[in-house]
Amino acid sequence: MSSFEPVIGLEVHLQLNTRTKIFCSCANQYGCASNTNVCPVCLGLPGSLPVLNQQALLSAIKVGLGLNAQINPFIKFDRKNYYYPDLPKGYQISQYDFPVAKDGFLNIKIGDQEKRVRIKRAHLEEDAGKLVHDNSGSCSLVDFNRTGTPLIEIVTEPDLHSPQEAYDYLNILKLTLQYLDVSDCDMEKGSLRCDANVSIRPVGQTLLGTKTELKNMNSFRAVKAALEYEIRRHEQVITAGGKIVQETLLWDDAKAQTQTMRSKEEAHDYRYFPDPDLVPFTVDHKLIDSVRAELPELPQAKHIRFLSQYSLSEYDANILVADRGTADFFEAAVKEYPSPKKVANWMAGPVLMELNDRKMSIYELKISPASLIGLIKKVEEGIVSNLVGKEVLTFMLNEGKNADEVIKEKGLSQVSDDSALLVIIDEVIAQNPAVVEQIKSGKSNAAGFLVGQAMKKSGGRANPKKLNELITRRIAGV
Amino acid sequence: MSISKQDVKYVAALARIDLSDGELEGFTQTLAKIVHYVEQLQKLDLDNVKPTSHAVPMGNVLRSDETLKSLTQQQALSIAVEAKDGCFKVPLVIE
Amino acid sequence: MNLPQLTAHDLLDVFKSGKASPKEAYEDVLRRIKAVDPKVKAYVRPAKNQPDFKGGFQIPIALKDNLCTKQEEITCASRILKGFISPYDAGVVEKVKKSGGAVLGFANQDEFAFGSSCETSCYGPTFNPWDLQCVPGGSSGGSAAAVAADEAVWALGSDTGGSIRQPASFCGIVGLKPTYGRVSRYGLIAFASSLDQIGPLTKDVRDCALLLNIIAGYDERDSTCVNEPVPDYTKALVNDVRGLKIGVPKEAFAEGLDAQVRVSLEAAIDLLKKLGAVVTQVHLPHTPYAVATYYIVATAEASSNLARFDGVRYGLRVQPARARKNALVDMYEETRSKGFGAEAKRRIMLGTYALSSGYYDAYYLRGQKVRTLIKNDLDEAFKVCDVVLTPTSPTVAFKVGEKMSDPLSMYLSDIYTIPANLAGIPAISVPCGFSKGGLPIGMQLMGKAFDEEMLLRVSYTYEQNTEWHTRKPNL
Repeated sequence: MSSFEPVIGLEVHLQLNTRTKIFCSCANQYGCASNTNVCPVCLGLPGSLPVLNQQALLSAIKVGLGLNAQINPFIKFDRKNYYYPDLPKGYQISQYDFPVAKDGFLNIKIGDQEKRVRIKRAHLEEDAGKLVHDNSGSCSLVDFNRTGTPLIEIVTEPDLHSPQEAYDYLNILKLTLQYLDVSDCDMEKGSLRCDANVSIRPVGQTLLGTKTELKNMNSFRAVKAALEYEIRRHEQVITAGGKIVQETLLWDDAKAQTQTMRSKEEAHDYRYFPDPDLVPFTVDHKLIDSVRAELPELPQAKHIRFLSQYSLSEYDANILVADRGTADFFEAAVKEYPSPKKVANWMAGPVLMELNDRKMSIYELKISPASLIGLIKKVEEGIVSNLVGKEVLTFMLNEGKNADEVIKEKGLSQVSDDSALLVIIDEVIAQNPAVVEQIKSGKSNAAGFLVGQAMKKSGGRANPKKLNELITRRIAGV
Repeated sequence: MSISKQDVKYVAALARIDLSDGELEGFTQTLAKIVHYVEQLQKLDLDNVKPTSHAVPMGNVLRSDETLKSLTQQQALSIAVEAKDGCFKVPLVIE
Repeated sequence: MNLPQLTAHDLLDVFKSGKASPKEAYEDVLRRIKAVDPKVKAYVRPAKNQPDFKGGFQIPIALKDNLCTKQEEITCASRILKGFISPYDAGVVEKVKKSGGAVLGFANQDEFAFGSSCETSCYGPTFNPWDLQCVPGGSSGGSAAAVAADEAVWALGSDTGGSIRQPASFCGIVGLKPTYGRVSRYGLIAFASSLDQIGPLTKDVRDCALLLNIIAGYDERDSTCVNEPVPDYTKALVNDVRGLKIGVPKEAFAEGLDAQVRVSLEAAIDLLKKLGAVVTQVHLPHTPYAVATYYIVATAEASSNLARFDGVRYGLRVQPARARKNALVDMYEETRSKGFGAEAKRRIMLGTYALSSGYYDAYYLRGQKVRTLIKNDLDEAFKVCDVVLTPTSPTVAFKVGEKMSDPLSMYLSDIYTIPANLAGIPAISVPCGFSKGGLPIGMQLMGKAFDEEMLLRVSYTYEQNTEWHTRKPNL
């Protein structure tokens, strides 16, 4: 119905997981007592000076390469001047005209089509401190622990044309960054933050409409919701003959609407200039190649490989690739037991369920690829049933033991011994004369009921094939 | 180019300096004189000249990613104009 | 024995001979301060923490009020920093303490080093020991006056556009601005980060070499501090200039140069010739643009460096009586308006203007380009000479108040000293005469980057063959 096309650009700020801050040797750590990870440099004391953290630069180059971007051979840092209580120096050290990386892209899927989202630039900068609102309501409090946390800002071109595309881009971006292991990408902790620019224009028009900037979205779902809201608002304003005012709006998740900022926004004049306290950096091919050599296989490449190499379904490949640890675990397991489909079923099913229940990453589980294969083999060999296999997995994870030990200790192995099963079968036959009659009169599928009953009595440990066989024989022989 | 009262007002606001009317008048006069003096640079042909940020060429100065001792909260707040609950206290900030 | 009158190297001999102890020397200098500082006003604050007199040189020293010193109030002579107690030591202060340096107190300066006369200090001016009606120069005027008045054996200052050399010249002592990056800036409250250097103010050239030995060297906390070996600068103190080439720029002796200064400089050149140096004329065609370039680059950097003084964390905070915008913005504006003096405000606004939207290319970028040309001029000159010789200042010390109403005329008094900062090269000022009124005249020597040794050699030779440095003011 809509005759408007939304145009969306996203800015993602990512906190890097370096040990120390970007320009000083304070710990880069979340959740510490206020103002304990601070020093003269990150407090902006007079006379203090910044020195760039080597790891922050390497991580930024890694991000650049992971986003298919060009690494600038010459990079420098600039001062962005503005006043805010959480900004101790009265300027933020950022990068203006020579960012670490430029001209990258990520692909998203729209139906069966791949769409390229261009990434304009990725640059390093320092995070600001945190304003803590005081209960009295008469003052604000500042904690400078976060000041100087290394940030990389990743800016797209305005290539996104729906909230869904924005959502998909953010998901693939986050996954890529997680693979690169440069950040925990935790939006709740603020280690990944996203601002959005949005405008609309009549379909077919190339000129961009007036944009608004959206802030304060705390999840990708909120980004999507804020964009949907804002696009509707733009459409209503324009359709009613009004004009969009270029401004920054805050998303209110509870009210599900955008709101104008209360503080009056001034015209920004950031007066960028090269920071004379820092020297420029040259990034040569040797360095780029060494970082590139350490790049992991990225999710999209891995997904394609999983489909072809292991003949996995799209569904299984998606689930396995959605976490680098899970994918690595899967491949290690397949090496031990070359039946990818079976391993994938176990990974995407019971293992993933355990991960979710325990809110853990695969690395934290007390299980190795070899021990999972040990379990899968027990199931395949008929030592335990599929159902009991899942139970065994739970015990394995709880106790850190292998499948063999768990099955032995808990006596969970499948009962295939005829004499033991016949005792149960005879009980079931005696308790269900009517069903026995049905079977005798030719309704052989009624045997399934008896198998189920017998299985229940065995505590799930009976071998179902064997049960079926014995019941049929027993009834036929009576 | 010359600096006007309006320019001075603008930069004063950017620099968070509140000027009285008298100050505005005085600064506009002295700044206009100085700006006029530095105008002489406009005469030079600088098209093919590279800017110098540091006279002594330096580059690639990096620090290894190792923590050193930070200040304690008490040391940090010892410089504070006002402190409360382990934080620096400031006038109410409106977003 | 009048200990405060001695140079540091003489004092070290006295300590070695056992004729006096470092503690006695320190206390004698404190007595001297008590006696004459009410007239000179070189100091803004005595050191709170007394030296422990254990090991090292133990020479009584004055520090400029912009060098962060642990557990001491440091203010840059500005109201906005009053009450700021530094929780850390600057790199040079660490080195001075390690050398046993006995800190006497903190010397007056122009507010944030913005000035050439020491008159913009929030504590009021320092007076020239040679004539109390006159300024001591600036911005390290307190440091220079303290050394000249024997209120310190030696002192540290900082030099952004001549702030060590010009007051050294006005006060008849030796002042050296090292090569940019030779001395750590960590803990020096920044004026213009790409120009600032810390350096010694001393009674003679040997002391200058000794103090440079103490403060020079790598500091990993300053990205712009170079990791180059530090020579023993006293080895450069050779009384011989035979065959050395001294470049004299034609531009330096053009209009605006005081006649008495010219005469003294010409005599100095003649003496160096007599001592065997070869004097050649060099051409520095872009130096006439140095002052304009400097006042763009330096103020732009300063406007940003001084943004941190906002009342949020430390120093002064003032809330206006009547609300204007909102509590926060009102606090910022009132604090900065009350905290900064007129010259600081002027430079902050000039620098903000040079960086502001629409003017960056015309001012700041242009300034950085002219800087390249000025540096190239000096590089060319050093192809044909070992040092470049100029006056340190076009005039001798001027009267207190004389230039306060005309900032531009004050700026122009830095015309000879600014090029060395823009080019990052070392430069020294040594006494080379007196005016008829008894005011000292200084000679500046500029050298190649990291060739402080050449400057020390030429000035040592000159000093060994003259008596200027032995004169003392009557106080």
